[in-house]
Amino acid sequence: MEPEDIVKAQLMDARDLDRTLDRMARQIVEVSEPGEPVGLVGMQTRGVHIARRLHDKIRAADGIDIPVGVLDVTMYRDDFRNRLKQPTVRTTHVPYDVSGRRLFLVDDVLYTGRTARAALDALMDMGRPSGVYLLVIVDRGLRELPIRADIVGREVPTLPGEEVRVRVSEIDDRDGVWLVEHPRA
Amino acid sequence: MSSESTQGTTTLQDAPVILGHRHLLGLRGWSRPEIAHVLATAREFRDVLSRPIRRVPTLRGVTVVNLFFEASTRTRISFELAEKRLSADTVNFTASGSSVSKGETLKDTARNIEAMKIDVVVIRHASPGAPHFLTRCVDAVVINAGDGAHEHPTQGLLDLLTITDHFPEVRGRRISIIGDITHSRVARSNLYGLTAMGAEVTLCGPPTLIPPGIEGLVESGSVRVTHRLDEALDGCDVAMALRIQLERLGRQLFPSLREYHERFGIRMEHLERYKDLLVMHPGPVNRGVELAGDVVDHERAVILDQVTNGVAVRMAVLFLLSGGTAEA
Repeated sequence: MEPEDIVKAQLMDARDLDRTLDRMARQIVEVSEPGEPVGLVGMQTRGVHIARRLHDKIRAADGIDIPVGVLDVTMYRDDFRNRLKQPTVRTTHVPYDVSGRRLFLVDDVLYTGRTARAALDALMDMGRPSGVYLLVIVDRGLRELPIRADIVGREVPTLPGEEVRVRVSEIDDRDGVWLVEHPRA
Repeated sequence: MSSESTQGTTTLQDAPVILGHRHLLGLRGWSRPEIAHVLATAREFRDVLSRPIRRVPTLRGVTVVNLFFEASTRTRISFELAEKRLSADTVNFTASGSSVSKGETLKDTARNIEAMKIDVVVIRHASPGAPHFLTRCVDAVVINAGDGAHEHPTQGLLDLLTITDHFPEVRGRRISIIGDITHSRVARSNLYGLTAMGAEVTLCGPPTLIPPGIEGLVESGSVRVTHRLDEALDGCDVAMALRIQLERLGRQLFPSLREYHERFGIRMEHLERYKDLLVMHPGPVNRGVELAGDVVDHERAVILDQVTNGVAVRMAVLFLLSGGTAEA
């Protein structure tokens, strides 16, 4: 968790998260047409690790090696000038041509929809994907834009002062999902 | 994320670095983490430049004015391109044919610009300190694009970016700056930037073109002076040749260009003797003076990489300085 976070509930433990990812991996395979070119795109930072895990699960179960790209949307955000903190750009690296490919865009939490909007713009600047699916571990509601996820781990109605923290062991101390209250959220 | 973690301290850190500067007036006083943060950001923008659509909407709605009181082609074009690649609105102002030739002072020019609601001012001026002065008259972010013989910070940053492409860790690397140190803002910005990053800097040139006591310009770090080219190149990783600015030399400070080339020009024999030496030059090159023609075209001359990196570095600087404040 972040400093100042007050944990209100644990939404998933490590096992729940793993099962959720298993189910999402199944759904990716189900919605993909046989032979259709597909790609995973993980959004910085935790979406990247989730995308890699989905890739590993699909390769282990189906022998399909879906390429994984990394996307940072800082350059495409609409609140660039209003935010008080100086922005940090993270790596964007999509190692395949997105044109004509069905993309699975992976993020940890879907909230206002603004990050997903920025990600769509970023992807369109790279080419013309044949389609984009949005995958999230948690849809916490409170959308500000007409955007929805196609594959959702879990829907959790939340309040504006709350935050959903998805934690992955690659960069955090453990796996799991928590609902927290954050003083400045 | 292998590319993020393998290049040591000059790449993006997990903990975001907040720049302690609102303007970029010079590299003096910029810390190693701050410079590393700009370089890491510039690498991401360089990737944008190689995509099919070489433009991002990041600075949409931001207005930048390029105030060039002094002739410049590549720096002005580089800034303009950086601004356009970030989708900023740009206005160009060049001294000739403007109100300056009608006798307007810098302060009045600045205040007029302010009245037009400009967010960022990029300024080149013949007087050292002009960008600094501007920060006191306008509310906009000020970026120094070269002020007299003082500093040219984005050149220093793009040179550092080019060096880190070959040497990810700059600390302990030996960099020689060769030529007219006295009149060179590029030399000063590089001196500050390189020593902040921990490089060992050698300044080399004729005694008439190196100010006495220049080693004392930096508070800490390794700077030495030599008047012999071989001493500067022996064991050196990167040689940065400076342009002999014929237009700036008021009086004769060395006998002739031919003699300068023979004593301080980098020639093929040097590239043959120093097998790993990289050669840089801020441009435009006087072929046959600072560098022999075949050296300019040699694969170990990275002059065009510097030009490409210039656009990326300027994008990074514009991005970091115009989005959010350090105080919050």
